[in-house]
Order: sequence, then C-alpha cells, then structure tokens
Amino acid sequence: MTTLDILLNVLVSGVLFGSIYAVVALGLAITFGILHIPNIAHPALVIMGGYFVVQANRLGIDPLIAAALGIIPFYLLGMLLYTFYANSFERRGRAEVLQSLTLFFGLSLVIEIFLVLLFGSELQSVSAPYIGTSLKFGQIAIPGRLLVPALLGPVTIGLLWLYFKYTNSGTAIRAVAHDERALSIAGLDPAAVKRRAFGLATATAVIGGTALVLIGPIDPFGGRFQIGRVFAIVVLAGMGSIPGTLVVAIMLGIAESLVSSYLNPAWSPGVAFAILLAALALRPQGLFGAAR
Amino acid sequence: MTRDSKIFLIAAVAVLLAGLLAPHVLKNPFYFFAGYVILQYVVIATGWNILGGYAGYINFGAAGFFGAGAYASAFLFNTFGIPLLGGLVAACLIGALLGVLMGYLTLRIQGVYFAIATLGLVIILETIIHNIPALGGARGIVVYGPPPPAWAAGPSQYMFFLMLLIAVASVSLARWMQISWVGRGLRAVRASENAAECSGVPTLRLKLLACAASGAVLAAAGAPYPFYTSFVEPVTVFSLLIGLNAIAMPLIGGTRTWLGPVIGALLMASTQQIATITISSELNILFVGIVLIAFVALAPNGILGLVARRSRETPR
Amino acid sequence: MITRRNFNRLAAVAASSIAMPSVLAGRAFGQDTPIRFGASISLTGALSGTKNGQIGYELWRDDVNASGGLLGRQVELVLLDDQSSASNIPAIYSALADVEKCDVLFGPYGASLTAPVMPFIKQRDLFMIGMFPLAANEKARHDKFFHSAAWGPNSGTDWARGFFDLAKSVGVKRVAILANDLEFSKNAAVGGAKVAEEYSMEIVFNQSYPPNTSDFSSILRNISAANPDAVFVGSYPADSTAIIHGIREIGLPDSVQIFGGAMIGPQYGSLLSSLGPELNGVVNSHLFAPEPTMQTPEIKKFFDRYVPIAEKQGVDPLGYYVPPFYYVAGQLAAAAITGAGSLDQAAMAAWLHGNTVETIVGPAAFNDIGDWTKRRVLMVQIQNVKGNDLAQFREPGHQVILDPPELKSGEFIHPYNKARAS
Repeated sequence: MTTLDILLNVLVSGVLFGSIYAVVALGLAITFGILHIPNIAHPALVIMGGYFVVQANRLGIDPLIAAALGIIPFYLLGMLLYTFYANSFERRGRAEVLQSLTLFFGLSLVIEIFLVLLFGSELQSVSAPYIGTSLKFGQIAIPGRLLVPALLGPVTIGLLWLYFKYTNSGTAIRAVAHDERALSIAGLDPAAVKRRAFGLATATAVIGGTALVLIGPIDPFGGRFQIGRVFAIVVLAGMGSIPGTLVVAIMLGIAESLVSSYLNPAWSPGVAFAILLAALALRPQGLFGAAR
Repeated sequence: MTRDSKIFLIAAVAVLLAGLLAPHVLKNPFYFFAGYVILQYVVIATGWNILGGYAGYINFGAAGFFGAGAYASAFLFNTFGIPLLGGLVAACLIGALLGVLMGYLTLRIQGVYFAIATLGLVIILETIIHNIPALGGARGIVVYGPPPPAWAAGPSQYMFFLMLLIAVASVSLARWMQISWVGRGLRAVRASENAAECSGVPTLRLKLLACAASGAVLAAAGAPYPFYTSFVEPVTVFSLLIGLNAIAMPLIGGTRTWLGPVIGALLMASTQQIATITISSELNILFVGIVLIAFVALAPNGILGLVARRSRETPR
Repeated sequence: MITRRNFNRLAAVAASSIAMPSVLAGRAFGQDTPIRFGASISLTGALSGTKNGQIGYELWRDDVNASGGLLGRQVELVLLDDQSSASNIPAIYSALADVEKCDVLFGPYGASLTAPVMPFIKQRDLFMIGMFPLAANEKARHDKFFHSAAWGPNSGTDWARGFFDLAKSVGVKRVAILANDLEFSKNAAVGGAKVAEEYSMEIVFNQSYPPNTSDFSSILRNISAANPDAVFVGSYPADSTAIIHGIREIGLPDSVQIFGGAMIGPQYGSLLSSLGPELNGVVNSHLFAPEPTMQTPEIKKFFDRYVPIAEKQGVDPLGYYVPPFYYVAGQLAAAAITGAGSLDQAAMAAWLHGNTVETIVGPAAFNDIGDWTKRRVLMVQIQNVKGNDLAQFREPGHQVILDPPELKSGEFIHPYNKARAS
C-alpha cells in the first residue's frame, strides 16, 4: 500500500465519519442554531433513538426501517419536551442560559438512567445484511457499517434543506429565528412553530441513533462523548446553517482522521475543541454564519 | 467592619474550632471521610459561583480546574517531595492562570458559546494528561502521602480539617468578592455587559479577576484529592459529575449570594453521600437529574430565592 | 442481602458513636451474631460489567451457611456500590469498617479502585482479599493483603508474559502494541513492552487510542505498514468489537503470527456470541476456560448454579472471567478464619501465608505480598467457532489453552491469518 493510498483511505474515513457526525449534530443545529435553545440533552436523545432501533431490530426489523418508524414517536416526544420547556421558561419571560442548560443537563441524566433501568448498562448492537460487508475501490475499502450511516447524513440534510427552503412551515421555522413578532403579525403562533421545530429536531435523533448503532455497539452513556463534538460542529457551522453543518462535520471528521493517522490517535479527542476554541476566538459567527 | 461581617467572622472561627474539636466528639472515622467529600463540594460550588453566579458566565469546565489542581499536587509530591501545602499553593496558581486564560476568552465569546468553550477545556486538559508519560497518562499516579501530624486523630480527620480550612477560606473570599466593589461590578456585568462597559465599569479587569479567583478556588478543591484517595487518574478527576455538581449545587442553593452554593452543596453532597450507602447509584443519579429539573422549572432562584419570596409574601 | 441499607442504621450509629467511646461501640461479640463480610462492587459506571461477581459472593455465602457457617456463626454480606469511581472508595470502606462493622473486607474491582483502599487497610492493619487488581500491593507491601486472581508475582509486567512466550516460540521479532487510553489497557501495554524488550523483540508500533474509538481502519493500516510479526492489543469490550470488525474489513498482513493478548471482551458470552467465527485465531488472556485440563467437578457445579441466576439477572451467561474468583475470595477468607480459629486479622493473614488453600479453581498459595506464588493467567486461542451459538463456548475445543504449558489443551495455530480462516 502506497503513501497515497493511505492518505486516500484517511480522507475517505474522515468523510464517512464527518457525515455521521453531521446526522448526530443535526438536531442541535435546529434547536440551538435556529431556536437558540441549548439542548445538551440531544446526544442523550440520539442514544435513546439508538435504543429504539435496537429494540425494533430484536423483532427482526431492519435498522433503517426502524429509523423511519421512530420518526413519528420521537417527533411527538420532541413536541412534548418543548411544551415542558416553554411552560417552565418562556412564559415566565426570558429563559436564562444557565437555567435552560441545567434543565437539559438534568434531562439527559434522566434519559440515561431511564435507559439503564429499562435495558441495563450492557452494550447493545444491531444486525443487518450490510454490516460486515465492504465495498472495495482499488486500495480503498469502505465498510458497509460506515457507508450506510454516512449516507444517512447527506440524505437527511438534503431533505431538511428542501423542507426549510420550499415549504411554508419550513419557512416559518426559519422566520421564527429572525423575528418572532413579525411571525405573529402574519397570523402564525410562534410557540406552535417552535414546537414543530423542536419535534423535528428530536425526530432527527432517531436517525442519528441509527447511524451510531450501525457503526458499533452503544451503551446508555455514549451520548456524553458526543456533546462536545456536536456543539463544536453547530457553532462552527454558524448557527442554524443546515448545509454548513454537513460541511463542517466533514472537515472535522477529516481533521480527526488525519491526526489519528499521522500524529497519534490519543490526541484526536482534543481536535474538535482545539479547532472550536481557535475558531471562536477568531471568527465567533462561525464559518457559514452571517456576522452577528 | 459592618455588623454582618463581624457575625461572619465569628461564625467562621466557630466553624474552624468545631472542626478541630470534632474528632474528640465524633469517634467514627466514616463521618470525616464523608465530610471531606461534602466540604470538597462546598469549595467547588463556591468557586464555580464566583464566576457563574456573580458574573453570569457559565463554566462547564469545573472538572478541568479540579483535575489540574489534583495533578499539580500529586506531581509535585511524587517528583519533588513537595508537601501538600506547597501543592495547594501551586494548584491555586495554576487554577488562577487557567482562569485568566479563560477570562481572555470572554473577550470574544459570551453566553452559551462560553459555556461550550469551557467544556472543551476539560477535554483538552484530559487529552494532554493522557499524552504526558510523566503524569502517568491513563494509568494514573499512586500517591502515598506522609502520615498525618501528631495532633490529628487520624488521616481522615486531618484531611477533613484541611478541607474545612480551604472551605472557610474560599467562602470568605467569595463573600468578600460579593460585598465589595468587585461584586457590584460583576453584578453590572451580569445584568448587561455593554451597559456596564459604557458606564465606566472596568469589565475586562473584573472578569479576569473573577475567572482567576474562581479557577484558583476550584483547583484548591482538587489539590488535597490525591492525598485523600491515594490515587489520581484522568477519568475520575475530569469526571462530568464534578462539572455537573459544580453547577447544580449553586443553582439549588441560589446563585446570587455566597450562602447559596454553601447551602446547595451541603444539602446535595450529604444526600449523595447517604444515598451511596443506602440506595442504588442509578437512583442516585436519577435523583440529581430530577432535582435539577424541578428546581430549574419551579424555583429558578434556588432555595434562598424561595425563602426570600416566602418572607416577602408574609406580611410583617 | 444488605445492599440497600436504611437510614435508621446510620442514624443509630451516629447516635451510638456520639454517646459512647468507640471501643464499647465496636465489634459485636458473641456466638449468635453473623460474621459480616464487607465489599464494594461496581454496580454502575464503567466497570459495571464486573457486577456478576456478586453472584460468586452470594453462592459462596449460601454454601458456607448451608454447611453450618464459620466458627459456628452464620455469614452475612454487606455490599455497597462504588459507581466505578475511585473517589467514592475511601468513604465506602470507612462505611464498611466503621458503620457496618464488617469483620472481613474484600477489595473493590481492579487496580484503580483498589489503590485508594491500600493506605486504609495498611494504616488499620486489616486483612483483605483483593479482587483482580494488578500489582496492587507492590508499593504498600501490606502483609495482610491477598489476591483472589492468579496474576502471580510481579504481575505488573509479567501477567501477560505468556503471550510473549508463545510469540517467542514461533520466532517473532517485530511487535506492534496498541492500547486503549484506560488504566488496565495501558498497564498491559507498558508491561508487554517491557517483556518484549527483555526478549529482544523490536517494538515497531506503539500507540494508544482514546476510549470510544469506533473505527480502527486507519490504525490497522498503520500497523500493517509497520509489518509486525505479533500484535499485542489492550482493549475494552466496545473497542475489542470495533478492532475485530476492522480486521475483517482491512485485514492484517500474513507476517502476523499471533494477535490479541489483553483484550477485554472475548471472555464474555455476549461478545463471543455476537462476533462468533470472527474471533477465530485470537490469542487472548483469560483466567478460566472449560478445557479438560482445567475442568473439575467443583467448578462445574459452580457454573451449573451460576448460569440460571445470571440468565435471570441479564449478566454474562458464561461467567468464566469474574464470578469464580469472587467465590474463591470467599473461600480464601473462610480458610483463613477457620485456620486461625478466630477473626483476628493477624492470625488469619499468618495462616494464609503458611498454608495452601484448595479452591474451586485449584490450589492457591501466597508469597509475602499476597500474590499467588505461581502465575496462572491463561493464553487462550479461540478456535473452530462456527455460527453465533453461545452453547459452543461451554464445550471444550473453542477456547484452547496454549499457556501455561502444564494446562495446555491444544495446538497453537499460526500465522494469525491461517488461524482466522480455520
């Protein structure tokens, strides 16, 4: 295997992992990026989505179909969560950052323990025909357990982008981020729009969970390791930019892959944050965001 | 000195004296082991609140400072034989330095962004420790401290008293910062940073001061840890649980005054200590989660906020 | 079962310890009160995979009580959960000794949780059986500490020596070492590197990776590029799975004679059955395998009782790695108490130093710091696995013992790629 082959392989796995990071970060790009709700429970919801898929898979349902089945219940769950959040905060006035962060921190603990009590703390995995196969292009091998979840990224993001761009309710969600009052003048209830957006974000958690559980086994606490990375992606992408999320996630995936391959894998967890800190210091509005 | 300050001084001395006398009354060492952990959280909550409560900058990275303090004292003792007191001073300096670095971050980033950046601090520090063989990496460092001095009843009693000293010092610092010009300035920063800047409050200097003090106190909480457990490893000292408790305890007690974090830490940490030996730890974490949600949703200003509201509502 | 205590007890102890001097409030004497054995177990957190050890303790307690107890007294367990966190350990052991008034202590699981207890038992001069910590007593050198696991002397470097003995026997010159950035794996890697150097093997690759790494393709390519003859891996269950997946996808060069060493995971039923034939060829450390050279009626009886309980609790259905040694811990303590004829900690330790104990895993004798005098860490090669059926791992011939030589139960298949295909 030549140096070029190795480099190509490194880049390919960077792109694959980047796309997977993007699906995991997507929900946060909506809640935090558009609604400005710092939902740090999102990674825990993603793991919960993974558990949903695991349970469906036990009944013989393919993980991808299970993901599709999970969208509606998770959408409803998200609406419920938003209602609780809004009742606790927004009706009382301005939601303080500290308090909403803490609320979601508490929520993620409750979700984790809920999973432990229901399913135990052991690793859970799924089986599917494409896990264990791999596609080969010359010297580049792409395992199915990475390719399938990596494809979920662009597909989900593409669909969401179309939704935001070309449907009325999608436009309303984008509008609520900019000017709530204008929205209510136009006869729409901002709270309902936000509730829908939060539901949508939570629905993406089940897709993110599918992606994670396809790569390898998950446990109830797996979300904790994602918190940092997903926030880094959303902030770097520039709040609320959905296509930006994919681009930044892939860049991050490549950076981590390069570090782990050419420097030492032990340094890779710091990569996302080192980039984030540098970027925050130099360009706080993110790479794809408008200046604040 | 105001009347309140006199009362505080008397109370602080009384607490220290009680701590000195406690081993002669309480014979069971378990109380000192458990008490150490509770006091450690009093220090952590107090340190966090200097920045988070007074200035409104949310630091998710309390564990980073705690871990830096723990590693500083463990390394200095194991490599150069520097005793805990020296380690404590070094930990404070390192904590303050990290705090100042974090303070400069606040120049560019505020709000949630700042909170996330501090989360990164923990991960970066942990990654660095993993990659420095002299600090033991993931294998951790075993620390066999010297036996306690003769006047102490035993190692746990000695560690307890030491932590009590740190706690009293931290709370005094927090109280001074709250009632002095620093606290007034920080409250202005919290209310509106721009307005404060415009009306001549030296916001950057104040924030740097708050960050340094907060960092030093958080690191001081970690410095005795290697001597308490005899073992330091990255997973435990950079644990998310420390960061979580650092936020939860002030929030439950009340973030506006020095007393809030103390009350929150005493309540939550003792509940957790009792829970450890009575109920399963899953339920323990679930309890923390539910308490957090309940307080945020129902009593956003903590226990002290509830008390204040109650006393306002009761006609005199 | 006393894992969940109530507040009343704590309150009562609080009251009594204030009211009277500790000497009077101390251990309850008398023939009718049970002997209390205290231990911390990791019911939650990173080490919760070891919680099936509790079944080992409980089976031992039931056996002792069924046969009339110890010194004519019944036996009682006091188990507390340490959440896998070292910071909880000092308070927990103080609670066991001072609040629960336990007569005999067992250690928590593993080296990072045991380190905090060592100064405590040394200062109080207490007897303790340690549970799986590598080289736990080499610094404290406490003369009342004994290992239940057969790591052997000088375990920090030597426990995985069997892997390198096998490597040497097939002419390995170039070694690659890969480890998870967690305590046990890193210790294994450091010890492995020392032995490799001692055998004048060249270390051509030596890296660690962060916990929660889920893709090893680039790491495996770098290992392949270094062209090693042996790959020594220290990993935890999730990454063990990912590494095996990665090998299936990327492969390893034909030069590799032996692969494995210190992977946690292939000892457990869930991982064995989920990976199935993909594990063929892996040479890995273990403490028990159901091979003819190790199988005895006693241990068989233990597993016959363990399995139904484990299946009900949803813990490891095989239980070869952890649970028997928790039973052994009980046996060691019981032998020491019976031998000493009392609960005197010094007499118990002295008896255990002077005698060999017959346990369900074979005879155990100890050196001056409580290591088993003889290392009995197995190097097991996984062979002839077909399909994902768990039952085959209860049969001999699938976890073939290659080392130590006196327990050898089959032939070492090498190179690794040949063994994988078998």
